Amino acid sequence: MACVSPDGKPTESGAKMLHAIKSGLGTPEEIAKDARLPLFRVRSGLRELAQAGLARQKGDKYELSPEGAELLDTLPA
Amino acid sequence: MEEVKEQIISLPRLSEPAPAFEAVTTHGVLKLEDFKGSWLVLFSHPADFTPVCTTEFMAFAEIFPELQKRGVELLGLSVDSVSSHIAWVRNVEEKTGVKIPFPIIADLSKEVSLAYGMIHPGQSKTETVRCVFIIDPNQIIRTILYYPLTTGRNMAEILRIIDALQTTDANGVATPANWKPGDMVVVPPPNTQEGAEERIKQGYECVDWYLCKKKL
Repeated sequence: MACVSPDGKPTESGAKMLHAIKSGLGTPEEIAKDARLPLFRVRSGLRELAQAGLARQKGDKYELSPEGAELLDTLPA
Repeated sequence: MEEVKEQIISLPRLSEPAPAFEAVTTHGVLKLEDFKGSWLVLFSHPADFTPVCTTEFMAFAEIFPELQKRGVELLGLSVDSVSSHIAWVRNVEEKTGVKIPFPIIADLSKEVSLAYGMIHPGQSKTETVRCVFIIDPNQIIRTILYYPLTTGRNMAEILRIIDALQTTDANGVATPANWKPGDMVVVPPPNTQEGAEERIKQGYECVDWYLCKKKL
């Protein structure tokens, strides 16, 4: 897993994506720009974050799940 | 009598959609559709920790910034495990200082290799040959190159092909032999007699009506 570690916590790039989502950016393109990650990595990473229950997809946008929001509060900004 | 069933796989061809895949890579699980909107160079190598492949990976890493400038992503592949890929790229960085910045598919099931016709049994029954698939932002295959196991690829040619394809798409022209950016391009030949007569008068540099060039 590139964005979620085996212990269920986001990796550095996963955390960057979650922070971008929290700041109000929702599409993969917006998140890629903000997190300075390649778009393909973000698309794949968002799938992982959703599978891990940390984010969820609504149409073409992503939002934090309650679990993702809670976890993000424990991570450095 | 035992019935032998053979699965016939149609190999990808130019101007056809690239076969979809979902694969484990050194950058996580990637799907072909994750690359939609970008150009993609999908290439296979025979095996990790082998000499020619190591020189190629260093060379791909060297042209990576040039590819990025052109909106191109790189994706490697071989029939090795993701652990082997990780160990190899770490070894390359440790021994040569070259960091491999792109993902590599661990195609142990050979699913992607077979879909793309990357295994040529005359060369090796278990390893992929040196293939290059240039896939456009609409996920259409635009170029296919095959090199034998013993011949390392030419990175300048891969860059040149991308420049030529992007120039063709942007300007509706073709590119002549040995073309490189800045050279004159070929104007598509007219397909009517009237067009042929007019072509000569259009101010292009023409050998004859069917071979005219222009500066971009």
